[in-house]
Amino acid sequence: MNVAMHLSDGIVDAPTSLLYGVIAAAGLTLAASRARRELDERTAPMAGLVAAFVFATQMINFPVLPGVSGHLLGGALAAILVGPWTGALCVAIVLVVQALLFADGGLSALGTNITNLALVGTAAGFLVALALRRYALRGRRWLVGVAFVSALVNTVAAAASFVVQYAIGGDAGVGLGTVAAAVLGVHVLIGVGEGLITGLTVGAVARARPDLVYLLRTAPSRPVAVPA
Amino acid sequence: MSRFLVAFGVVTLLIAGLLSYLADPDPDGLDAVTRRGCTVDAAQELAGDCIARDAREHALADGPLADYAVGGDGALTGLAGIAGVLVTLALTGGLFWLLRRRTPTGRVRRLARPCPSFRKPGGLRRRTDRATPTGAGPGLSPRDGP
Repeated sequence: MNVAMHLSDGIVDAPTSLLYGVIAAAGLTLAASRARRELDERTAPMAGLVAAFVFATQMINFPVLPGVSGHLLGGALAAILVGPWTGALCVAIVLVVQALLFADGGLSALGTNITNLALVGTAAGFLVALALRRYALRGRRWLVGVAFVSALVNTVAAAASFVVQYAIGGDAGVGLGTVAAAVLGVHVLIGVGEGLITGLTVGAVARARPDLVYLLRTAPSRPVAVPA
Repeated sequence: MSRFLVAFGVVTLLIAGLLSYLADPDPDGLDAVTRRGCTVDAAQELAGDCIARDAREHALADGPLADYAVGGDGALTGLAGIAGVLVTLALTGGLFWLLRRRTPTGRVRRLARPCPSFRKPGGLRRRTDRATPTGAGPGLSPRDGP
């Protein structure tokens, strides 16, 4: 059985699924409008490839405990390479493809999964990367370290978002403390794997094409006058 | 299309097409935790007290690529993965190309320049045509006056 780390239908109740569907739709609308600033003729093809890479890498479950595996979520990876708003869209589209084509992640649970992996995970991971950006600029090893920490936080934040959803709309009779401890504990381990894959990937891109790493770009806040 | 993007695409296809066969078949963290306390009965239903007790079968579980197989054949996971990569690339590539900013190449180049510690030797060269030494430019020296 090859099921990815996405919620199935029925784990949280219908009103909660609906609520998170609205949150996901609002978040993705905002992301689509902000992503315009991150995308140009050079970064748009790269962003498409990053999404495809996240899809491929999510297939690769790695062992974390006896009988338990984990896989990349990809939000921090995408945000560091192509920007947070574009990164959120990358992960969201991967989740849509998985739910519609591969029966991976429930249809009514799509809003909860997009919120956890594409919005919360990506935002948390990128905020860490942004806070540590001045270290990342020191050199490639530092960048790899920042990518590792960002990805670890991304995984744990996505798991924490699920715990919130279970607190709001889960009714399977398992205590919230038990759920939180179990879910967060295993995702710290998965986060280490996520950090290793993200560090390796970001490091490889920075070696070959540092200009394609969003976090490294010296993008000014306002347009620069082009010398004639 | 640059050599780097082609290489990135090839690596992605190899991961989905080949490395996918080496994936750990155990349930992932979320599945394992949400099923803890339940047992799977003969009809593949969860019984007992666990988070996933009320989980339902996927509505599209009979789809041609369901569970990363092709028509239920798990030996073709690599093909399913390659199909997923191509569909994802087509969807995101199309969306991002529509959303992109249309800017003159010069400005894109400037915005895309990485910080100094990542510049490759001989790669991105410093502009020299702008840095004119003081007084060396034509018509700038007071001595050129009438």
